[in-house]
Amino acid sequence: MAAAGTIAIAAHYRYRKAKNLVMMGLTIFATVITLAPLFLVLGYLLYKGASSLNLAFFTRLPAPVGEVGGGMANAIVGTFELVLMAGLMGVPIGVGAGIYLAEHRGTRLADGIRFAADVMMGVPSIVVGIFAYAIVVRPMGGFSAFAGSVALATIMIPLVTRTTEEMVLLVPHELREASLALGVPRWRTTISVVARTAMGGIATGVILATARIAGETAPLLFTAFGNHFWSTSLKGPVAALPVQVYTYAISPFADWQRQAWAGALVLTGIVLALELGVRAVTGGQARTPR
Amino acid sequence: MPDKILVHHLTAWFGAVRAVHDINMNIPQGNITAIIGPSGCGKSTFVRCLNRMHEVIVGARAEGEVVLDNENIYAPEVDPVQVRRRIGMVFQKPTPFPTMSIEDNVAAGLKLNGVNFSRAEKDEVVERCLKQAALWEEVKDRLRAAGGSLSGGQQQRLCVARALAVEPEVLLMDEPCSALDPISTARIEELLIELKANYTIVIVTHNMQQAARTADMTAFLYAGELIEFGETRQIFTNPNRRETEDYITGRFG
Amino acid sequence: MDQPQPLHTNLRYEEELRGLRASLLKMGGLVERQIAEAIDALVNRDTEMARQVIVNDKEVNRMDVDTDETCIRLLALHQPAGSDLRFITTGLKITTDLERIGDNAVNIAERVLELNEEPQIKPYIDIPRMASIAQSMVKDSIDAFMRQDVALANEVCTRDDEVDGLNRQVYRELLSYMAEDPRLIGRATRILFISKYLERIADHAENIAEMVTFMVKGKMIKHMDKKDRGHE
Repeated sequence: MAAAGTIAIAAHYRYRKAKNLVMMGLTIFATVITLAPLFLVLGYLLYKGASSLNLAFFTRLPAPVGEVGGGMANAIVGTFELVLMAGLMGVPIGVGAGIYLAEHRGTRLADGIRFAADVMMGVPSIVVGIFAYAIVVRPMGGFSAFAGSVALATIMIPLVTRTTEEMVLLVPHELREASLALGVPRWRTTISVVARTAMGGIATGVILATARIAGETAPLLFTAFGNHFWSTSLKGPVAALPVQVYTYAISPFADWQRQAWAGALVLTGIVLALELGVRAVTGGQARTPR
Repeated sequence: MPDKILVHHLTAWFGAVRAVHDINMNIPQGNITAIIGPSGCGKSTFVRCLNRMHEVIVGARAEGEVVLDNENIYAPEVDPVQVRRRIGMVFQKPTPFPTMSIEDNVAAGLKLNGVNFSRAEKDEVVERCLKQAALWEEVKDRLRAAGGSLSGGQQQRLCVARALAVEPEVLLMDEPCSALDPISTARIEELLIELKANYTIVIVTHNMQQAARTADMTAFLYAGELIEFGETRQIFTNPNRRETEDYITGRFG
Repeated sequence: MDQPQPLHTNLRYEEELRGLRASLLKMGGLVERQIAEAIDALVNRDTEMARQVIVNDKEVNRMDVDTDETCIRLLALHQPAGSDLRFITTGLKITTDLERIGDNAVNIAERVLELNEEPQIKPYIDIPRMASIAQSMVKDSIDAFMRQDVALANEVCTRDDEVDGLNRQVYRELLSYMAEDPRLIGRATRILFISKYLERIADHAENIAEMVTFMVKGKMIKHMDKKDRGHE
């Protein structure tokens, strides 16, 4: 009697093991398919663009139309310029709004701001570009780096706001209480204790938002517009890597197309570096403050 | 013993729910007063009213008088922030500030209140408070280490040192040993008995034996009301009220 | 007690407390019987019964040890407070008194064995009366403990005076016997001892009654003058 029982159990066990293997196989398959585009893209970029990477690429200006040679130095510098200015505008506003949202949950104003931020995150970036065109480029009378930064900042702010809010909310309520109980006023508690504790997570959010806007192309088309030369002031058009890649890629010139691949590779490299850098600094852990 | 805090008709609400009802109590100076009672009886709420922490919660309010040395802390012109500098609090969960070192944690109360001090003054305060909290010997060689690197019991003593640095007159403790093991608990209890020479201490505890071990006076709260308040010895051997007797003998349903 | 008290939340603890109460009741009953049988053995000159009393003392001692262990275990494991604490500590002291009462009964039985070797010198009148009062004191003090009856306990304390009075009477009477006829001295002193043992039994019963007042009222009246007790 006992023998029959164990045989029946063994058969069921083998069936379960088989089922396990099938499911595992399916999930591994799904993972591979998910990762495939990443590696395909990176691989193809490397294949097409690596050969064009040389010192000239990083230091020389674009050559006149039709000529071979030249580089994308101004575009690389331009991208840094635009992102930096966008950050200077967007980070204080975004972090401030995020802290407000976290500390004043439940008020109508906070709910309204949160809703607006969520909607903004869904607005297509080209629409943001048109918006920046209307409020900056038209009044100023021309394309400019400033307009480009405004467009990028508009994309950055809702991202930073939401991640800041999440990070500040993760700070345990007991820390706030402990600070208040020491006789520290509310505003000081928020800044020196709560925000300071969440700072790691906030910084992470900022860097990720930066990585995102570094690759934005559409909003820059109507604002920064692009430039074949070094731009000297904020009021004039400036070259940016994504725009340059776009312009070169749709051109009929083979040399420009080759350079477009290189530009795309450099752009992807910057974004990857930022993302991996964040991972390395936070040690791969969840960004919860302890 | 003169009375340090006089509580008159204290009532506290969370929104429309009344958590504490018409409590009258005289808390003697230099004593340990324990507040005991079943879960949800309002003991934490009551104690938080003593340093005006209760109103920090959205929708919470308190009415009545709490008189600290002839001054009603609920008078309209009184600044709650000032009250909390005279009446400190240590919470159930040890919460050292994670971004600060041990010595910065101790000095945090002073620093965040805008008090300027030199390096030497800071060292002096840190050493004094850590010694008072019976933590000095264990951390004196690693004052720069992160506040979170200590064990649970040490973290709680760090929180006590931090509260003491502000030089309060009264120390409120809301179940300070709930999250600690028995040895750490015993250390903190020993600490309280040392501290009562210089401070008035009010401790909330759901552990009756802790109240019996440490407190001079004990108050029994039930359903938001003060049922009985008297010397610990009497409350635990021969209480006056039937409800108190039932609670301490474990007959609560 | 007007309303019944709610049960302890910890039912095992509740059961143990009831068990303790039952053991104390049983020990009281056993000890009462020992007194009765020892005096019966004296009056009826029953050697066998006297021997039985001596043997039964083992049971009394065993119950003493068991109850002590139970009380100590309850104190260690349950940290009792309030009325439970007073009940358990009273129980601890009562077993001691009961055990001593048992020892005194044994002592009486031993004297009976010795007395039975010679003829009786006089009819026993006062001794049985002392025994009866002492026995009732033991019974009533245990009753007062079980029912938490302070009035009964106080009343028990007053009866001790009667026993003391009878003891002095026995002493005077036997002293005169011994003075008249020196051959009676051996037996007379043994009877004096028995009277002494009964007086001790009454004292222990009074102790038990005093402990009852402490347990119920939370006030210690031991060593207080009798006239002050009524006010407590």
